Amino acid sequence: MHGREKTKEGSSLVPGCTSMEEKPGQPAPEETPSNAPPGTVGRELFGYVGIEAVLDQMRIKTMKTGFEFNIMVVGQSGLGKSTMVNTLFKSKVSRKPTGPGYEERIPQTMQLQSVTHVIVEKGVKMKLTVTDTPGFGDQINNENCWDPIVKYIKEQYEKYLREEILISRKRKIPDTRVHSCVYFVPPTGHWLRPLDLEFMRRLSKIVNVVPVIAKADTLTLEERAEFKQRIQEDLKAHGINVYPQEDLDDDSDDRLLNKKIRDKIPFAVVGADTEHQVNGKRVLGRRTKWGIIEVENPAHCEFPLLRDLLIRSHLQDLKDVTHNVHYESYRVQRLNESNQLAPSPAAGLLGKHEMESNL
Amino acid sequence: MDSIIIQELLVEKLLSPRTQAQRSHPAKLKDHEKQYVGFATLPNQVHRKSVKKGFDFTLMVAGESGLGKSTLVNSLFLTDLYKDRKLLNAEERISQTVEILKHTVDIEEKGVKLKLTIVDTPGFGDAVNNTECWKPITDYIDQQFEQYFRDESGLNRKNIQDNRVHCCLYFISPFGHGLRPVDVEFMKAVHEKVNVVPLIAKADCLIPNEIRKLKERIREEIEKFGIKVYQFPDCDSDEDEEFKQQDRELKESAPFAVIGSNTVVEAKGQRVRGRLYPWGIVEVENQAHCDFVKLRNMLIRTHMHDLKDVTCDVHYENYRAQCIQQMTSKLTQDNRIESPIPILPLPTPDAETEKLIKMKDEELRRMQEMLQKMQRQMQDQ
Repeated sequence: MHGREKTKEGSSLVPGCTSMEEKPGQPAPEETPSNAPPGTVGRELFGYVGIEAVLDQMRIKTMKTGFEFNIMVVGQSGLGKSTMVNTLFKSKVSRKPTGPGYEERIPQTMQLQSVTHVIVEKGVKMKLTVTDTPGFGDQINNENCWDPIVKYIKEQYEKYLREEILISRKRKIPDTRVHSCVYFVPPTGHWLRPLDLEFMRRLSKIVNVVPVIAKADTLTLEERAEFKQRIQEDLKAHGINVYPQEDLDDDSDDRLLNKKIRDKIPFAVVGADTEHQVNGKRVLGRRTKWGIIEVENPAHCEFPLLRDLLIRSHLQDLKDVTHNVHYESYRVQRLNESNQLAPSPAAGLLGKHEMESNL
Repeated sequence: MDSIIIQELLVEKLLSPRTQAQRSHPAKLKDHEKQYVGFATLPNQVHRKSVKKGFDFTLMVAGESGLGKSTLVNSLFLTDLYKDRKLLNAEERISQTVEILKHTVDIEEKGVKLKLTIVDTPGFGDAVNNTECWKPITDYIDQQFEQYFRDESGLNRKNIQDNRVHCCLYFISPFGHGLRPVDVEFMKAVHEKVNVVPLIAKADCLIPNEIRKLKERIREEIEKFGIKVYQFPDCDSDEDEEFKQQDRELKESAPFAVIGSNTVVEAKGQRVRGRLYPWGIVEVENQAHCDFVKLRNMLIRTHMHDLKDVTCDVHYENYRAQCIQQMTSKLTQDNRIESPIPILPLPTPDAETEKLIKMKDEELRRMQEMLQKMQRQMQDQ
């Protein structure tokens, strides 16, 4: 008996509303503007129901289960990727051992190395996976050096897809999909190189790309501003959509916040893992002969902005966009492929488990 | 006439103290003319002639874009060579190839003229596929040698223009952990044609410890790959201690970690050339901050002439020997014949290729005849 009754709020079907409207003597609900989006109009409650307690329940649950976050760092060797990751998560999570005799060698072919750590802060557990790409862009001929990375990202989607399609699924599917890919641009001060453009163009379609200007302590503030502007123009000219993507803004608040971030992309960052004494405080920084560069000082570099974006404010959003946008488009593409090749599900590419699923 | 007398007087002062008494008697000088020959004034004569003629110097700068090559050249010579440089837009950049650009500027200081040519190499190492991106550069260097070779062997040798590259500053990126494959390949392709001086660019992004490690690393790799960079000549054992100490420091700081700047900023009440950051000011001419002063002294004040000498005596002679060998192996079958005066080697190769062409023509004709014979046979059957 759920007729599609047009309620005053719009076209959403709300069974409870119809019964309330039938009661006589009920104060009529306030006239709502007809252009309000469905489902977002609040009803005036005449008592405390306790709906907001659901937030606490969610919080307790996530604290028990913990978060997963997968970050990938890409860039030429020597741009400070491992140091940056260590600085972001304030612990030695990168692939590099910290002994003094360690020497960096450029590998002959590009490799992908993943390191997983579990970090705990105030009772919240986070399973952090950092995927590094040593050897990217270091050879003389760098054509198609992005192929292994694209393949890796798609493999993670494929793994998740297979788990999702199973008849008896796990309660919590292990999520190895890359949630954000931080791309390190060398601080030439001029423009984006062809390699940077090619990489970002391809990858911004399948993963959230966050470009940063590495080793930014070599640029003065004016050079930094000019460089950023040229990069933004380049990205626009080539139609490269980096995170936060413009077309995914939900409402005007989001748009405002994201616009502020978009104006500052790419962030000019400096990484450091040693502490120094400044004005009686211990700060993370780099000591040069002409001064100490404080990594967490917003006047010196934009590392705090990057950290806030990746961890404090947009971490959940990164995961959501990965799940709702990138993963979904991959899924649609895969399902279309299998449908075209095999019209009957029995002969589908996805294996015999999926015979009874509603493909 | 009197300038010669002045010079001779100066030489006398150096030679013997006795002459001091006789300076007041110019007539007595004639006796002393017998005691010294007077060729000690030669360096001064050379000096005067060179000042009149002027010097020329060709410097090549190579490295990826964005490493501060133009800024450094401007800082070294205190000029603005790149005023009209246009930055390319996105589409132009994708299809950019390596070009060779020459800028020439005449500088004069205290009566000494220097004709400075800077050879720039935009586009080097910037593409996605950089295979053989050094070929335009090696071709350019060879072309200059070839042109000088022809001029030298020509009939009118009065006004030979020396466009040979005397020194190549190669900029190594400070963001890596040492030499990249492109760096190694480039230096190996040019180390026998030109004096290569490797530099660590944009050194203001490194703290002193990192600079030290990077320099060691680069020196190891240069030795490992057998790259012959320009070696500073050893100073003679009779130079004074201070000079020797400076020379030692120079050799130990190679490759130089440089920072360039052409803007003047305020520091400690003084106006210095440097870069202004929120955390401090980098002074380009401060030896504690970077090796710019060492590079400038080496390049201009102390070793400019040596660079030119090595180019003439070693690299050019290598090229010349190779060239002549190739020509003589074409001219004659026996070896050990005195190389004839190489005016123009053009006629002989033509004769050779003509012979080859004739042979090939004959072969072709024979094959065609055979084919025709076979076709006729088949038709008969």
